[in-house]
Amino acid sequence: MSVLAPRRSTLPGFGLTMGLTLTWLSLIVLIPLAGLFVRSTDLSLAQFWDIVTSRRTLSALKISFGLSFAAACVNLVMGTIVVWALVRYRFPGRRLFDAIVDVPFALPTAVAGVALTALFAQKGWLGAPLAAMGIKVAFTPLGIFIAMIFIGIPFVVRTVQPVLIDLDPEIEEAAASLGASRWHIVTKVILPSLTPALLTGFALAFARAVGEYGSVIFIAGNLPNVSEIAPLLIVIRLSEFRYADATAIAVVMLVVAFVIIFAVNRLQRWAQSQAST
Amino acid sequence: MTIEARGVVKSFGAFKALDGVDLKVANGELLALLGPSGSGKTTLLRIIAGLEWPDAGEILFDGENALDRGARERHVGFVFQHYALFRHMNVFENVAFGLRVQPRRIRKTEAQIRARVKELLDLVQLDWLADRYPSQLSGGQRQRIALARALAIEPRILLLDEPFGALDAKVRKELRQWLRTLHHSINVTSIFVTHDQEEALEVAHRVVVMDKGRIEQVGSPSDVYDSPATAFVHGFIGESIMLPVEVTGGAVHLNGRPLDIAVEGGAAGASTLFVRRHDMLIGPADSGTLHGAVTHVRSFGPVQRAEIALTEGSTIEIDAPRDRELRIGDRVGLKPRHYRIFAGG
Ligand SMILES: Nc1ncnc2c1ncn2[C@@H]1O[C@H](COP(=O)(O)OP(=O)(O)OP(=O)(O)O)[C@@H](O)[C@H]1O
Ligand SMILES: [Mg+2]
Repeated sequence: MSVLAPRRSTLPGFGLTMGLTLTWLSLIVLIPLAGLFVRSTDLSLAQFWDIVTSRRTLSALKISFGLSFAAACVNLVMGTIVVWALVRYRFPGRRLFDAIVDVPFALPTAVAGVALTALFAQKGWLGAPLAAMGIKVAFTPLGIFIAMIFIGIPFVVRTVQPVLIDLDPEIEEAAASLGASRWHIVTKVILPSLTPALLTGFALAFARAVGEYGSVIFIAGNLPNVSEIAPLLIVIRLSEFRYADATAIAVVMLVVAFVIIFAVNRLQRWAQSQAST
Repeated sequence: MTIEARGVVKSFGAFKALDGVDLKVANGELLALLGPSGSGKTTLLRIIAGLEWPDAGEILFDGENALDRGARERHVGFVFQHYALFRHMNVFENVAFGLRVQPRRIRKTEAQIRARVKELLDLVQLDWLADRYPSQLSGGQRQRIALARALAIEPRILLLDEPFGALDAKVRKELRQWLRTLHHSINVTSIFVTHDQEEALEVAHRVVVMDKGRIEQVGSPSDVYDSPATAFVHGFIGESIMLPVEVTGGAVHLNGRPLDIAVEGGAAGASTLFVRRHDMLIGPADSGTLHGAVTHVRSFGPVQRAEIALTEGSTIEIDAPRDRELRIGDRVGLKPRHYRIFAGG
């Protein structure tokens, strides 16, 4: 499906829908973003550069993007396994598990943060045994990582699930009758068919983790340069009335996030073009 | 390799898709499985391929039990009705798939795989499509690629589920001949499902007619056409005129009036008279044993098809040669040249 206007489209209403889409996107997304850029022009280029390359900003950005990426990777793998179990096996409590997947969607992020902190605190259910093993989760980057995994998992599960359900069973039967082992069927036939959906799930989980604030700040400890995420740094700058600093960091986040999402999008388009009927 | 099915039963819930199927397929034979929709053709094929398991009965390959082996170990090439090509692989990789997933100790080298795939693509005459993806192929091309993919593993048995089902009439005709030639050159025991009787009669060595999960008749194309074993087969193969008759006292009655034809083994009671359309001879109104008036005529090819309202009440369609022109309203006499009488209304 091309975004460019097909000269003779069989679908009516192209002009109208395209017009509405562009207007709506401009109002909701583009104008606020443009405001952000305009705001950051209050700064001279040198000032902007100083803010953005200061140790604290760089650390925050690194933590935000690095951990989000790692969490999205974990979600990609674990989410795929969860989807597989939910779709392919019948076990008692399957529907319950299926519903539980949505909990991170629905839970207010602050509640998630408090719950995770309580769980992983030194005396928490999981925190205590982990502490005994010398692993500290709460108030460290590891805590941020876990919170990001928590909030990202439904994105992978819910994007991949319908695609796996719709996967034609004859494809697998064809592979089996050609002599493929279960392992080969999964790795050479099923996973490649799921690639576009997996990439979408990954991108969504990643984007959500980058933008996550509520649940992370509770468990992070928020030590500058160690466990301070970029969105928190922005809030701190705002509370100090350093609006220009805040917007500068925001602009960097925006650009990096856009580049990554765009890259994933292209990758996904490519995968889709390989897998389309 | 020979295939034998013994008393195969398969139910889906309360529904019996296969109800005691016995079948023997000789080595190198090309067998057609013919039957109406829902008669269990696909189910039987899937059981032979190991994609489905029977509730009772046996499947033997060369006299050995095949049911203790899964689809993967049976070495059966299966061509699906909707091709089931791998959409994320190009044509070359689709065909190569079966070779690439072989256990490492017997896997061919990359060069051998390339050579074999090339050979197969030549065989199906589509070597120029190697880099395309399935979405970029026509239906007939996909079908042939699916066949090449199935042949790559050098299957001992080839099963084709309505291989030409989704194609237009002209392409079907071409592929039909092509399949026969191909089978002649590779000579692997093959079963193909179709509900196009012309296809079955033209391509296969033997034809199996199925209905409601049972085999009605097995025989050469001329057997099933000329001497149908059951009323169902007669009605299903070729176009037949069916008239409800009554057999009493050694005579055949239509609507109470005796017909001038022999009973020929038909049992007493309500029966059905089957006559091929072209076996109903047409003559002057005072001749024959059935009488009626022409209500509709269409002429095409070597025959004219006439609709005749019988004085006995039914309306039948017959095929008559074009040497005697029929007109609407003509009164005619009819006599069946060949016919069968099966018990049952
Ligand atoms: N997995 C299944 N679950 C339930 N019923 C099934 C299943 N597979 C087949 N059936 C039923 O079994 C019967 C035989 O099906 P089958 O697919 O073998 O028919 P077929 O002869 O191949 O028909 P067609 O010519 O339409 O392909 C049908 O009535 C079908 O509804
Ligand atoms: Mg079928």
